Amino acid sequence: MNEMTRIAYVRQELVEGRPAPVKTTGVIGFLRTRLLNSPTNILITIASAVLLWSIIAASIKFLLVDAVWSGKDRTACLAENAGHPVGACWPFIQAKFSQFIYGFYPEAQRWRVNLTFFLAAMLLLPLLIPRLPAKAINAGLFFLGFPVVAFFLLHGGGIDGFALSWAANLLSDFTSSVVEAGSAVSRAGASLGERNALLGLLLHSLGWLVSGIGAALHYLIAPLTWTSNQIQASGQAVWIDLAATAAAASILLFWLSGGTRTGWRPLVFSLLSFAGIGIVIVVLGLDRGGLPVVDTRLWGGLLVTLVVSVTGIVASMPVGIALALGRRSTIPLIRIFSVTFIELWRGVPLITVLFFATYMLPLFLPAGFSVDGLVRALIGIALFAGAYQAEVIRGGLQAIPRGQVEAASALGLSWWKTTALVVMPQALRHVIPGLVNSFIALFKDTSLVSIVALFDLLGQLRASFSDPTWATPTTLFTGFAFTGMIYFAFCFGMSRYSLLVENRLNAHRRN
Amino acid sequence: MTANPIVSIAGLNKWYGDFHVLRDIDIDVGRGERIVICGPSGSGKSTLIRCINALEEFQEGRIVVDDIELGPNLRRVDEVRREVGMVFQSFNLFPHLTVLENCTLAPIWARNLPKKDAEATAMKYLERVKIPQQANKYPGQMSGGQQQRVAIARALTMNPKVMLFDEPTSALDPEMVKEVLDTMVDLANEGMTMLVVTHEMGFAREVADRVVFMDAGQIIEANTPANFFANPQHARTKLFLSQILR
Repeated sequence: MNEMTRIAYVRQELVEGRPAPVKTTGVIGFLRTRLLNSPTNILITIASAVLLWSIIAASIKFLLVDAVWSGKDRTACLAENAGHPVGACWPFIQAKFSQFIYGFYPEAQRWRVNLTFFLAAMLLLPLLIPRLPAKAINAGLFFLGFPVVAFFLLHGGGIDGFALSWAANLLSDFTSSVVEAGSAVSRAGASLGERNALLGLLLHSLGWLVSGIGAALHYLIAPLTWTSNQIQASGQAVWIDLAATAAAASILLFWLSGGTRTGWRPLVFSLLSFAGIGIVIVVLGLDRGGLPVVDTRLWGGLLVTLVVSVTGIVASMPVGIALALGRRSTIPLIRIFSVTFIELWRGVPLITVLFFATYMLPLFLPAGFSVDGLVRALIGIALFAGAYQAEVIRGGLQAIPRGQVEAASALGLSWWKTTALVVMPQALRHVIPGLVNSFIALFKDTSLVSIVALFDLLGQLRASFSDPTWATPTTLFTGFAFTGMIYFAFCFGMSRYSLLVENRLNAHRRN
Repeated sequence: MTANPIVSIAGLNKWYGDFHVLRDIDIDVGRGERIVICGPSGSGKSTLIRCINALEEFQEGRIVVDDIELGPNLRRVDEVRREVGMVFQSFNLFPHLTVLENCTLAPIWARNLPKKDAEATAMKYLERVKIPQQANKYPGQMSGGQQQRVAIARALTMNPKVMLFDEPTSALDPEMVKEVLDTMVDLANEGMTMLVVTHEMGFAREVADRVVFMDAGQIIEANTPANFFANPQHARTKLFLSQILR
């Protein structure tokens, strides 16, 4: 008491920090403070241990101890032949393994799938490891170059021209459709003129005007079509077209980036890119018809699952970013469009989207214009996922204080640069858990494509159940356990990697 | 008022909805002049200086910055912002970038400076605010005073002709106010044109050429610091000074 009543107090020496008492740290500390620190907790710990034991022991018994490891057909997996209760029937997986991976992809061509997987891994792994250099080139190759190469590898087929010919074809198709529409309208006007002279005349002249515009356009693009025809007639269409495109694009880029003063790097870069495209064309023989075409109806298994989910994940990001920004735009038209788009796609089930894309879209498209079934599903999934990502990203955008935008504006950065350099990087960091959540959900939702006659991993598995050679009591469980492990490996990998990225990118939040 | 002013504001009126927040503001700022703007909260001080670099729109009047006219339609925003640097109350450093990247972002992307040159310039200004050794830290790892000094350096890397300070020391712990004020005094001694919204009357006395007192969206009184503090004219000014100088 006497000590406390003394008001003035001056510390003579500062107290050094010392380690915590041993009993609160380490394994023993953990056991004491977290698992066994109260009667209730002791009970919960014991109950959990019993539950865990029963689950783990039963799984090990089914998957490993009681499992049958070899055999030629169902007889090996029957209890009377094995001599003990049978768990997993692994010979079934061995027999069907290639189907689970490739579907009905022709056996002789499966090296193409393997090569695609290999290329993807070679490009993706360095991209995912933060320490490795040249991220920009790596990302460019993976996101722009790889999809094209993968398409020609997996699907096959060649090209009979390049950008110049494609542009010419597209434009001339467009102009001739304008001319056609115009003449159709004017014919309708002529037949209407028999009953209503004024309206008929009006319609007729409107049609005449439209076909006139079409004809004018036709003459406007005449130099382009002429060049394209010359190229097509030359016998080396692909190469001449590639060279012409390369020259045009490179000169344009050179000029846009400031000419001789600063433009050498873009020029070299552009020429190197086109050289790369040329090498791809040679290696895949695209100018000579390319690899044999494998119709997407033959694709299946993990191949389809990966194609659909990777395309969906990669394509949903730009769609989501654009929609999220659009929804916050101050321009009413853009905002209304974004809101409508998001609500429309979120308001319908994915199954409906897939059904619509697969079975109803072809009815609306003009005759003779068909899009591959897999591509239709891909577009549907990408837009569907994009609408979801948009809302996740919008959440991140809302977390950015106004001061950030103001500071960037005050420094003279434009809206685009402010968004790209200051707002979006921060917003995306905030929502990594949400984004990866959607990625994982999308990865598993891809199994819905099996209802539109695409056989993904799960679809392929279910198809294999109908094989009487392997009809045993445990085939079903074995199959689902196996595919479950595959799905889990991918999803768990994504989840772990996202944690790593989060920790790395949020270095600035550690004080 | 001043010959060849660098900032000239004439007949400025601004409304938030129906609320008349700035009323008939007329003020010229000479080259190299240091102006301290003070007044009670809600008097429109921050809004006024935020109008100068077009962070706020206004409905009437005109602002001319270094012969670039900023009318109500704010068409020449980008040109003006290149001339004017700004320091905020809450620093507003970019938390995902290091200190050096904060200082090179705008020179690289808004001025198209090569990265090497931008970094050299940034280091020069970081040395001037006396924190070059922190260049590779993130803002979140620094004290408030250090962050505000980085913010000053970041604004300086764009070579502004005018610097706006919006209550630069209000969010700081008392221990850190001095380091920021010292930096601002150094800047003033180098001849930078400064408009400072602050309640630091010591700074106003020491550095300002003119003290402007605002209330209810209007300029009530403007005078040299000596006269302003010793001999306030308007009743509102006297009341304000009696409140803050006790």
